Amino acid sequence: MIPTAFEYRRAGSVAEALSLLQEGGPEAKLLAGGHSLIPMMKQRLAEPGLLIDIGGLDELRGIQETDGEIAIGAAMTHAEIAASDLLREQAPIVAETAAAIGDAQVRNRGTIGGSLAHADPGADLPAVMVALDATIALLGPNGERKVQAEDFFQDILTVDLGEDEIVTGVCFQACRSAAYAKLEQRASKFALVGVAAALTLDGGTCSSARVAVTGASSHPQRLSGVEGALAGASLPDGAASASAGAGDALDFVNEDLHGSEEYRRAMTAVFARRAIEAAAGRG
Amino acid sequence: MTSVDGPVLPKLIGERVKRREDPRLIQGQATYVDDIKLPGMLHLAFKRSDIAHGVIKSIDTSAAAAIEGVELVITGADLAEHLGPMPLGTPFPAPDHVSVATDKVRYVGEPVAVVVAEDRYIARDAADAVEVEYDELPAVVDPEAAMEAGSATIHEGFERNIAVESYWGGTGVNPETAQPEDDSAVDAAFAEADVVVSQRMMNQRLAPNAMEPRGVVAHYEPGREYLTVWSATQNPHILRTLVAAMMGLGEHQVRAVAPEVGGGFGCKINIYGEEYTAAALSRLVKAPVKWIEDRTEAFLTTTHGRDLLGYIDLAAKSDGTITGLKARIIADIGAYEVLLTAMIPTLTGLMMNGVYRLPVVRHELTEVFTNKTPTDAYRGAGRPEGLYFLERAVDMVARELDMDPAEVRRKNFVPADEFPFATQGGLVYDSGNYEPCLDKALEVADWQGMLAERDAARAEGRIVGVGLSFYVEVCGLGPSAVVPTGGWEHSGVTVERGGKVTATTGASPHGQGNETTFAQMLADHFSIPFEDITILHGDTGVVKQGIGTFGSRSQAVGGAALISAAGKAGDKMKQFAAAMMTDQEVSPEDLVFEDGRIQVEGAPEVSKTFAEVADFAYVPVPLPAGMEPGVSEESFFEPENNTYPFGCHISMVEVDRETGETKLLKLIAVDDCGNVINPLIVEGQVHGGLAQGIGQAMFEEVVYDEDGQPVTASFMDYVMPRAADLPVFELDRTVTPTPINPLGAKGVGEAGTIGSTPCVINAAVDALAPFGVTHIEMPLRPERMWRLINEGGQS
Repeated sequence: MIPTAFEYRRAGSVAEALSLLQEGGPEAKLLAGGHSLIPMMKQRLAEPGLLIDIGGLDELRGIQETDGEIAIGAAMTHAEIAASDLLREQAPIVAETAAAIGDAQVRNRGTIGGSLAHADPGADLPAVMVALDATIALLGPNGERKVQAEDFFQDILTVDLGEDEIVTGVCFQACRSAAYAKLEQRASKFALVGVAAALTLDGGTCSSARVAVTGASSHPQRLSGVEGALAGASLPDGAASASAGAGDALDFVNEDLHGSEEYRRAMTAVFARRAIEAAAGRG
Repeated sequence: MTSVDGPVLPKLIGERVKRREDPRLIQGQATYVDDIKLPGMLHLAFKRSDIAHGVIKSIDTSAAAAIEGVELVITGADLAEHLGPMPLGTPFPAPDHVSVATDKVRYVGEPVAVVVAEDRYIARDAADAVEVEYDELPAVVDPEAAMEAGSATIHEGFERNIAVESYWGGTGVNPETAQPEDDSAVDAAFAEADVVVSQRMMNQRLAPNAMEPRGVVAHYEPGREYLTVWSATQNPHILRTLVAAMMGLGEHQVRAVAPEVGGGFGCKINIYGEEYTAAALSRLVKAPVKWIEDRTEAFLTTTHGRDLLGYIDLAAKSDGTITGLKARIIADIGAYEVLLTAMIPTLTGLMMNGVYRLPVVRHELTEVFTNKTPTDAYRGAGRPEGLYFLERAVDMVARELDMDPAEVRRKNFVPADEFPFATQGGLVYDSGNYEPCLDKALEVADWQGMLAERDAARAEGRIVGVGLSFYVEVCGLGPSAVVPTGGWEHSGVTVERGGKVTATTGASPHGQGNETTFAQMLADHFSIPFEDITILHGDTGVVKQGIGTFGSRSQAVGGAALISAAGKAGDKMKQFAAAMMTDQEVSPEDLVFEDGRIQVEGAPEVSKTFAEVADFAYVPVPLPAGMEPGVSEESFFEPENNTYPFGCHISMVEVDRETGETKLLKLIAVDDCGNVINPLIVEGQVHGGLAQGIGQAMFEEVVYDEDGQPVTASFMDYVMPRAADLPVFELDRTVTPTPINPLGAKGVGEAGTIGSTPCVINAAVDALAPFGVTHIEMPLRPERMWRLINEGGQS
């Protein structure tokens, strides 16, 4: 619970943060809410020599909608996202997911950019971003880069983000008919299994769907079998058959004290159905 | 009656007085050990074993010693020149246990070297820089396997890793020989029974998780040859005794202070190696030293609780009459015996008589070493384990006979007219009246309504169950015959100038609210304002003598000592008052305390104010014949027996058919802890106890892997109960006073953990009974429940 020595710098701008990142090299880590990084430092699982605080930067804040596209700044906290009227109205899945993260202290400090960049295998928001086909905006010394969420998450705690890059925000199309359902790991409140479903509905019929699971595997996975079965399905009645066996198709499934591989596979189907039913219920 | 001026003071005993401790605690104005900062203070960090079992080959401290700001790096072998093996508080055989390992490590987290440095960060860096080489040995993790031939041996001289074996049974206990008696009656009872239930049950290992971890500041002053130790402990006087002995000092050379202590739950009874090490190193480096445990260390090195495996058999007649109990218990005590380790599981067997007339009992206990953190007391300390085994078994009998679990219990209760009641284990229950308590619980819960609600829910396809438990426990530890440190408690009461009162208590609180309840008692005793009373505790330099707070003894023993001292101080106040009223020919026997005055009973105009008399006591001119000035009295209270509170808990749970998640819908607790000084504090104690008991049933478990590595060493994996997991508790009480102390109070600190655990598991088994489930192991992990729903049987 005592970290190794480190230097702390508060960046005044994203540009300054980028130049500090370059100066610091591999020793440097960005700090926003700190609710993933600081516990790791206290356990000496991470020993960065330089922390660059970008938590309060105005450039990384805000939630806006432009022509149906919603953009969220990387430094927005989970609590702010959960409380956003804009999101509750136009992308309720994002607000409800943020509201279900950890506990009040975590939500007050933790940020969406930090959650996505850290990519804990049980983190909630990554699955939601994959289901919404969100674009993650990165800024580096050579300018801006945009990566689809599905490509951004590569493996356990591994994302497509250079050491000299900063996640500046995410954007996605407004979507009401999307929902997230999770089984909490009871100690950490991370997702043992969490499924995000985003549906395109034509009356009671689903024309297309994106469904992603977190917690079950090393990083978020799309449930393509479920997505295929949903195309043309009538909902909510068709949710059960579309999600049956959803977990069986996963290549790699986590296993620990809180849930075996078999249980996580079974729960993937249960929470896929619950997410689809909830999404369909939003019409 | 002639009226006099002045306020009328309400009686406070029995009132819901808010805890006077809370404002400072919740506003950050309290002083904990980590708030102690002394000039020139250095900081300790421990290098700890990261393997479960191995021989220390070499320790290289050179890199650590070279770090700037490091004062000293010392290995266990070198420290052993300054500190011997640690003392124990039990009579059982035990291997030597030193503060810092010298030749072998026996659990993950055991210290092997210590760093003294300028600050905590340097100390921790240096501890990381200490390099240790081990020859690893096979880890002993399973207590049953540990006893088999071929298992690795953890301690030389303790074959098959057995620490303690005890056996008693049949027609009574033979404490003299501890040998098997003629217990053919047990076999006969089982042979003649209409029904026998037999169940292997695990009472899993728990981490106490006090909000404040352990910590110690030690300051040895060579010039005075005097040691002061601040520690997050439940019993500073025991700390003083043991630290003095370890340091080769007399008790007159040691002052121990427990400042604010943020929870103990039993794990802060033990005096730990870190406390002795801090004292020894302060003397060695000639500076004050501090060590504050971090949360990881708390999981690894603060004693764990429970970890008892029971093979339980209960025999009964077809009408529900219980005819015999057999219990074979295996306690996994971890790598060492610490202060009370070996004693705790013996309480399990003693309390397994429960509230019933058991004609015969056979009890076997084996305590086994494994490569895990040592166990010791944890809230309930032996009683939750025993009552869990018993109350599960009684429930199984009820299910087997298709009887109402409440009625099976009623049928076997010790009747009210049989108290004091001698149990099979040799205890004598002081007082009890179980049936009204059961009836009240059934009424408060609306038991019949709950059964109907369960059946209606089942008809809808929901998985709902109800459960009940009835416990008796033991509080008010002593007497001295059974507590190695002495089982009394001490109190001092001083009436100050101006009529204010300062009292001391050896019952050193860490959340019990003694400052409030004890002030309530003195306010009533002297009839003075609550605000005029200060209760001091936790400092052996201020509190002359004491034992400490454990075994729910604060009120039953400490409170009794307080009232005894107050009685003496009051007598002297009356003598001074009478001396001030010589012209009215008043005798002290005629005087009473009333509304801030000392008056002739029924004649307030013949009186002096309490303050006037106090002022006179310190300037007594003329000094009454035969009296000394001042009013400062003290008392030791030695209880002649323990107290035996009891209660009935009822719960309702619902299980999610798809996920196996269990939700606790209702919990009703009707407890009888004798007379109640402050209902608000009693309810708070019950709430906390319930949360921890429910925590064991549903959430908590310390898990080790097959190599003896802890799997649950942080709050990311160790599931603590949270407020949102718990329903609004419904509490009520019956009152059966104890004759053991003048207050009639029995104790309540641990009750909640004792009744609630079996109550919740009984409800969970009831919920899954339609699936053919007869027993469920704790905690109620969702996957475990999901498998039972899908596969049936037992977990």
